[in-house]
Order: sequence, then C-alpha cells, then structure tokens
Amino acid sequence: MEVLRILDVDGSLIGDSPVDLDEARRLFAAMVTARVYDRKGSALQRQGRLATYAQFEGQEAAQIGSVAALRPDDWLVGTYRDAAAMWMHGYPWEALLLGRMGDERGGAPPAGVNVLPPSITVGGHMIHAVGLGWAERMKGSDRIALTLFGDGATSEGDFHEAMNFAAVYSTPTVFVCQNNGWAISMSRGRQTASETIAQKADAYGMAGVLVDGNDIFAVLTAARTAVQRARAGEGPTLIEALTYRIGPHTTTDDAGRYRSDEDVDAWRKKDPIDRLRAHLRSAGGWDEAWEGAIEQSASTEIEAAVAQAEGLEPFPADAMFDRMYAKPPGSLEAQRRLQGDEPG
Amino acid sequence: MSELNLAQALNDALDVALAADDRVVLLGEDVGVTGGVFRVTDGLHERHGGRVIDTPVAESGIVGAAFGMAIAGLRPVAELQFLGFAYPAFDQIVSHVGRIRNRSNHRFTAPLVIRIPFGGGIGAAEHHSESSEAIFAHTPGIKVVAPATPADAKGLLLSAIADPDPVVFLEPIRVYRAIKEEVPAGHYTVPIGEARVVREGADVTLVSYGAMLRDAGRAADTLEADGVSVELIDLRTLSPMDHATIVGSARKTGRVVAVVESHRSASLASEIAAVVQEQALYSLLAPVERVTGWDTVVPLKRTEHHYIPSPARIVTAARRTLAG
Repeated sequence: MEVLRILDVDGSLIGDSPVDLDEARRLFAAMVTARVYDRKGSALQRQGRLATYAQFEGQEAAQIGSVAALRPDDWLVGTYRDAAAMWMHGYPWEALLLGRMGDERGGAPPAGVNVLPPSITVGGHMIHAVGLGWAERMKGSDRIALTLFGDGATSEGDFHEAMNFAAVYSTPTVFVCQNNGWAISMSRGRQTASETIAQKADAYGMAGVLVDGNDIFAVLTAARTAVQRARAGEGPTLIEALTYRIGPHTTTDDAGRYRSDEDVDAWRKKDPIDRLRAHLRSAGGWDEAWEGAIEQSASTEIEAAVAQAEGLEPFPADAMFDRMYAKPPGSLEAQRRLQGDEPG
Repeated sequence: MSELNLAQALNDALDVALAADDRVVLLGEDVGVTGGVFRVTDGLHERHGGRVIDTPVAESGIVGAAFGMAIAGLRPVAELQFLGFAYPAFDQIVSHVGRIRNRSNHRFTAPLVIRIPFGGGIGAAEHHSESSEAIFAHTPGIKVVAPATPADAKGLLLSAIADPDPVVFLEPIRVYRAIKEEVPAGHYTVPIGEARVVREGADVTLVSYGAMLRDAGRAADTLEADGVSVELIDLRTLSPMDHATIVGSARKTGRVVAVVESHRSASLASEIAAVVQEQALYSLLAPVERVTGWDTVVPLKRTEHHYIPSPARIVTAARRTLAG
C-alpha cells in the first residue's frame, strides 16, 4: 500500500498542501502547544502532582491533523494518549489534568464539547464511535464520529466488531489508527501479521488509507476526505497513521527494556513539529520569536489550568455515591451512611 | 386489557415505546424480520421499520453500539439472545455502560436497556440456560430487573426504557409462554426498585424472582395446605434491591427462605441472607435458608431438573426454618 505523504521529512512540499499559510501556522501553534502540555504532564507526574501519565510526543501531527478535519459539533472518542486531539476538539486542559490527577470532573468537558472522556481500556471505545455516528444519522443530523486508537487495539476483538458494524451499516465513522509501533512492549509486528493495518479495511468493505502520521498535511488530507465521505453518507474509513511514540508507554514504563535508542533517534529525525517548522520557514511563515511566544503563551495557559485543577477541592468523602445513578437508590444511600463509619 | 403471555406483554411494551418516542431503537441479532428467537419483537419491524435493526452476531458490538447511541440521545433497547451469550458483551457493560456517568461526573449518560432471556427449564442447549444474574447485580452503575409475570414485565420494561440509567432486563425463559394474565393496554409503568408482596403471611417468608417465583408459589400452596401461613415476595428488581420489603417481612415472620435458580455461592440468595441478618437478626426464629441451583454448569436437558430448585426443595427448606 502506498503511503500518503505531502510534507517530506526535510519539510519540502511533495504534494498539494491542504491549507493556506495562516492555517498551517495555526496547526503548527497547536502542535507546539500540545507538546508543551505533554512535557509539563511528564514533569508534573515526576513531581507526584499527576498520577500515571501517557506521553504522546511524536504523535502531535496524527492527533491534531485528524481533529482539524472535524466540525466543532462532531464526536471524538479517544484514549488515554489522545490529549492533544481532545484539546484540539474543545476539551479543556484543566479537565485533562483533572483526569490525570484522579478526579472524575476531568471526565466532564463543557456542554457542547462532544468528546467522550478518554477510554482507558484498549479497543472497547471504537464501537462507541460507531453508535454515536449511527445515532446522529438516525436523528437526521450530519454529525460524524471520529475515533482514535493505537496499533495494539487492532488486536482486540472489539476492533473487528466496530469495523464490521460500521461497514455493514455504512455509519459515519472515521477510524484513525495511530500506529505508533508499540503496545507497551509488544511491537506492531506482534499485533498483526498483516503488512499494514490500513489494508484490513478491504476485508470489511470500507476505504483504507495509509498515511505518514508525522506529516500533518497528509493526515489532514486523509482525514478530510474520510470526514467528507462519512458526512455524505458514503460510509466509514480506516486511516492508518504511521508514527512513533517517542516516550515510553506511560510514566511507569521503561521503554529501554524493549527498544533501542537508535530506533528512537531515527524517529526523532522525522519529528512532525520539526517538519512543519522547516516548511513554514521556507514559506516565510516562521521565526524563532514567534515560536517562542507560542511556547510562552502555552506554558502560561497550561500553568493556569494546573493551578485551577489543583485548586479545586477534592470531592467530599461520600460524593462517590452521587455519580452512579441519576438518583442514588435506597441501598446506595444506606451504604453512604455506612461510609460515615470511617473516622474523619 | 387483554390476556397476554410474558413474551406478548414485552412485545406490547416495545410496541408502545416505539410508537410513543422516535428515540427508541431496537437492535440485536434476529430482532427484525424474524422477530427474535423468542418472538418478543415479532411484528415490530413491520410497524416501526428502520428503528428495529437486525445486527451481525456480535454481542460486544451490539451493546457497544447501543451505548454510543444512548450517549448521542437515542433510547436503544439491545437484545442479546441468551444470558450464556451475553458474556462477550459483559466487558462493555462493566467497563463502559455502568461507568460512563461516574467517569464523566454526570456529563454523559447511557440510558439504554439490554434485554436478555435468562434461566433454564426448557431443555435448551449448553449456554442457553444460564442464571448468572448475580454478576450483573454486582456491577455498579447499572440496574438489573427480572420480571416474573406478564403485567409486571410490560410495566417494568416501559420503566426501564424511560429510566435515565442503563438497565439490564432479564426475561425468564421458562415463563415466556407458560402463563397468561390480564395485561393493561397502552402505557403504564411498574416502578424499578420495588419488590411486590405476592401474598401475605405470618409464619415464613419466601423471597424469589423470575421463573422461580412460580415454584415458590407452588411450595407456598403446599405449605398452606398444611396450615403454614406463607408470605411470598417477588423481588422484581435485583439491583437496586428493595431491602425494606424483605427486612419488613423478615421481622414479621421471623423465618426467611431465599429461592433462586442461580449458582449458590455469591448469589442473590447470599445477598438476601446477609441483608436479613444485618437488619433483622433479633427477629429471626431460624437461620435464613438458601434454596438455589448448584455451583456447577447448568446440566443439559436430561438432568436439568436436578439443578433447578423444585417446589419440594423449597418446602423442605421452609420446614427446616419452622422446626427451629
């Protein structure tokens, strides 16, 4: 299968850019902002201020590029590694941080932000995107649903059920596999014997596209086509974005046990931000001060979100009983009273 | 008002719900043209067209897609063909359906109904006679309902569809066509979370639900013929369980027999016994008895009757409590 690439590794354009210079600068700023968040996330975890954190460095183009193809009212269903995509679609930094701090309010984006809280289980969420898009079509809306997942998720049975349902009912669903090479320590080669993940689309009877996932123009182009097809009632698409997770699986993982520094270094040379920066520079749309200002403003914005999240009082001891049902049943109210047995 | 069996009453409930609310959608394998393996959805496809959807045989997919639909504002009613086939969907139920309200702090909710035939007694194949309702009742964030009669089945299903939370709705296979009763026409509801006192008595309380309720009733007839006054309670909702009705009855009679078809260990009968000893110990005149299936795979047709509690076993257990 041919790999769709528009922006070469050196930043030169080898295809048609899907965006004008202003939009390219906006996408660059989004990727830089996301990276600032990601690095702060790791630092906060090391300081003990966040629970386990899943880095996405290296995958900014795959996430930002996919979501840039969506309309604000479309649905997004992602995973624990998709903070950049969720933020790009309106999920506030504060909520993302709260989730990692271990606070259920982190799962609640503001009204109108159609992003489900991140799925921690691998694979089960893809079928939710099928149901969401399907429901929108039944309601007469043209909203679509995009779901992000990793190469490891394609080993799960629910990958099959989601792809099969989407194709059989021609639901408006865009599947974006961020093939980042690893599912914790298990390489992509141990997840599937297929030459590509994108080719699996053939078996389900849907469109499949293989893109350079570190090329934001290629990802955006593929996603736009898929979104248009979905919105027009032409069915789902599977996009495989070839990328790499530069960091470990999470802050609890030691990636040095299973992969080589040479591998990581080789992928660093294909960095999505470096690539777009090179392009913008040659197009006269980049200077160091501008990037510095983006970083500065992102840092300020995220620090403010950290302060806001850390400043939020934890739930009182018995609040867990309030979230299980619309109205806690009597048996749960009885348990709430027993919870009072716990000293102060 | 007409005489309906339990399957027909459920069909009527679904028809009423589909007619009243465009958001109601039925999906599952064979629910459309065929009308479901137990014909519960018979004729609904013809009357409600695109909202009665035949799906591939994929339980996780059916429940997962219904979950997405519910979040997007529909009122899906998913059908799984047998409880023994529901385990592939259990991951969706326990990992996603039951958790979304909590995970999103009420921002997203999934008001879907998952209908599943349960229990044995019809000599079905392996996996077709499971009574593993306790694993669902053990799952936070969902409600678990198990009607025993046609009129309750209709009213409870309409309540389940209107409920703001996900409901696992267990239908007793053995009762589908076994009894008929007057079922009110049109829309009415039976509240979720409230047990029903089927008959009042003073000497011993039998607590049951689903298909076992009829056997408990037969046992009560036998006991009453011997002059024992039996109070019979139909739980109707397994989670949240109506503790007040059970405990109130235990305090009155001082003797409780929990009758369930499921495996004995960690069953709903265990829960009933625990609740009674916590809240009515000093009213008890005898230990709480459990009459249950066994911790074995449900046997096939020729020996299934050794597994499912018989009225005789219920009578024996009740007499043990009376002897004390």
